[in-house]
Amino acid sequence: MAQTPSFSREAMKQYKWFLSRYPTRRAALLPTLRLAEQQFGELGVAEMRYVADLMKISPAAVFGVVTFYTHYRRAGTGKFHLQVCSTLSCALRGSEDVVTRISERLGISPGETSECGLFSLSKVECLGSCDTAPMLQCNDDYHEGLTLEDVDQLIEQLRSEASQGVNG
Amino acid sequence: MRFKKICTADIGKKNCHTLAFYKKQGGYKQAAKALKKWAPDDLIEEVKASNLRGRGGAGFPTGVKWAFVPKNSKKPKYLVVNADESEPGTFKDRLIMEKNPHILLEGIIICCKAVAIEHAYIYIRGEFVFATERLQQAIDEAYKAGILGDNCLRSGIKIDVTIHRGAGAYICGEETGMLTSLEGYRGEPKLKPPFPAVEGVFGCPTVVNNVETLANLPYILEVGAKAYRSIGPEKSPGPKLFCVSGHVEKPGTFELPMGIPLRTLIDKHAGGVWKGRKLKAVIPGGTSAHVLTAAECDVAMDIDSLAAAGTMLGSAGIIVMDDSTCMVDALLNVMRFYHHESCGQCTPCREGTGWLEKIVQRIAHGEGRMEDLELIHDVCDRMLGKTICALADAAAFPAQSIVTKFSDDFVAAIENGGSPAWKKRHLSTVGGGASHG
Ligand SMILES: Cc1cc2nc3c(=O)[nH]c(=O)nc-3n(C[C@H](O)[C@H](O)[C@H](O)COP(=O)(O)O)c2cc1C
Ligand code: SF4
Ligand code: FES
Repeated sequence: MAQTPSFSREAMKQYKWFLSRYPTRRAALLPTLRLAEQQFGELGVAEMRYVADLMKISPAAVFGVVTFYTHYRRAGTGKFHLQVCSTLSCALRGSEDVVTRISERLGISPGETSECGLFSLSKVECLGSCDTAPMLQCNDDYHEGLTLEDVDQLIEQLRSEASQGVNG
Repeated sequence: MRFKKICTADIGKKNCHTLAFYKKQGGYKQAAKALKKWAPDDLIEEVKASNLRGRGGAGFPTGVKWAFVPKNSKKPKYLVVNADESEPGTFKDRLIMEKNPHILLEGIIICCKAVAIEHAYIYIRGEFVFATERLQQAIDEAYKAGILGDNCLRSGIKIDVTIHRGAGAYICGEETGMLTSLEGYRGEPKLKPPFPAVEGVFGCPTVVNNVETLANLPYILEVGAKAYRSIGPEKSPGPKLFCVSGHVEKPGTFELPMGIPLRTLIDKHAGGVWKGRKLKAVIPGGTSAHVLTAAECDVAMDIDSLAAAGTMLGSAGIIVMDDSTCMVDALLNVMRFYHHESCGQCTPCREGTGWLEKIVQRIAHGEGRMEDLELIHDVCDRMLGKTICALADAAAFPAQSIVTKFSDDFVAAIENGGSPAWKKRHLSTVGGGASHG
C-alpha cells in the first residue's frame, strides 16, 4: 500500500465504540486490528504501524501480538485464503486428500500463494466443525463435508467470482 | 426426573435463533425471576445445590467457583464467557451460539445477578464468524428489548455484554491465557494463584465460565436444583452436549443425560462405526484426554466415571477411530497440534511438545528405534505438572496412553519402515519429484 493507511470516519466511530467497552485502551487492540484488517484488507507493516500510532502502543508490541495469532490476514495473502483443517477428526476423514487436491488444482503447496494472487493455501488446526469433516475455511466462510468434487467446484466458483469482480 | 433437551430441543425450527422464538418458549422468565426475586447468595446456593459442573473441560463446580469471588471488593467484577471452543473434537458451543444464542444470554444474566457483575465479555474464537454474527444479533435484540443494558428487564440492574473476538490460538481457551488475550496481549497463560475469581481480567475479580455451563442456568432455576440433580449421576448431573466425530456413520452433537453409556452414544446416536468396520480406539474428551481401547468403551459418559476409567470427560469431544487407523499417525497428528499451539513460555512444554512430535514423526517415517518408546515416556514425565498451564499435560496424556495401549502399532512401524500411510505415500511419490522436507 503506497498511501499511509488511515481509518475512515465510519471505522473511527467503531474504534471509539471499542474504547468505550473496555476499562483500558490496550484491551481494544484485538478488535481494532480486526477493524484494520477489514478496512485495509490485510495487516502489513504500514497497517500495524498505523494501529500502533493510533493506540499509542509501540509498533513492536503490535507486531508481537499480530504474529502470536494465526487468524489475522497478513500481507501477501491471496484474495481467497483456503485454510484446510488438518487436525485429527478431519485427518481421519480425508483432509490430506483435500490438501493434495487443492495443491494439484492450483499448483501451490500449503503456505504458498498462487502467482495470480487469487489463492493462498494453509493447513490449520481444528476449526470447531469436526462433525462435518473434512472441512475448510475460505475467508469468513466454512465449507463443510467436502468431497473432492466439492473442492473442484469451490475453486471454479471462486475463480468466476473473481473474474466477475474484475469485469464489473 | 425425565430428561429434556434444553439447548438443542428446537434446533432446526424456523427462526429458532431469534428473540421472538425464544420468548415464545418461555425464554427470559428465569432471568426476570433471578433479577427481581432471587437474592445473589440464594442463587449461588441454588447453583451449588444443583451440582452443575463446568462444561469447559475441568468440571469444576460452578456455584463453588462463584462463591470464591470476594463479596466486598471495591473493584468491578467481570464475567468472561469462554467461547473459544478450541479443543480438537469439540463443536457444541458453536451450535448453541448459532442456533440458540438467547439461552446463553439468559444464563449470563443469571450469573451476573448472582455475582453482582455489570459487564460480561464473550471471548469467541476468531474463526467463528457466523456464530459471532448470530450472537451479535441476539445481543442487539436483547438491548433493544430492554433485556440487557442499564435497567435489565426493569429491575434497576445494569448488565452489559460485549463480544470479544479471538484471532486463532488454542491457548486462548485456557482461562488465564484468555484473560491476557482479552487485555490486548499475546494470549500467554499466568501462574495460579491468584485465581481469576480473585484477580482476573484488568486485575479484577473475574468469573470464567464455558458457554454450555451458562446455558444450563435457566433450566436449573426453572426446575429447581433438586430436580436438576436427578438427571444422570447426582455428582455430575444434567443434560450434556456430546460431540461425536471421526469414523462414525453420523457424526454430530447429541444432547443426552450425563452418564449415557459411551457405546450407546457411538452405536445408537452416531450410527455406529462407519463402513461396517470395527472400533479400535476412542478419545472421549477432546484430544487432551487419555485414549480408550475398544475393550474399554463400556463406560458411562460423566465426569466421575471417566475419571475412574483413567481418562476424562473434558470437553466431551468424542473422537472415534476404526480398525484401519494407525495409532502412530493419529498420535503424530495430535502431537503436531500441541507443538504448534504451545505458547512457548515454559521450557518443558515448548521443548517437550517439540520432542514428542519429532520422535513420533521419526517412528511414523520409518526412522524410529525401540528405545524411542521409552523416550516418549521419559519426555512426558519431564512435562507433567511442571508448567504454568495444563497444555503440557494435555499433550503428555494422549502421548502416554496411545503409546502404552497401542504399542503394537508403534513396534510395527519401527520394525517395518514406518506407518502404513507413510509407506504408501512414500511409494507413490518416489520418482514423482515430490519432496517431503
Ligand atoms: C489448554 C487448555 C485449553 C482449554 N480450552 C478451552 C476451551 O476452548 N473452551 C472452554 O470452555 N474451556 C477451555 N479450557 C478450560 C478453561 O481453562 C476453564 O477451565 C473453563 O473455561 C472454565 O469454565 P467452566 O467452569 O464453565 O467449565 C481449556 C483449558 C486448557 C488447559
Ligand atoms: S504449559 Fe505450554 S502453553 Fe501453557 S503456559 Fe507453559 S508453554 Fe505456554
Ligand atoms: S478436527 Fe477439523 S474441525 Fe475439528
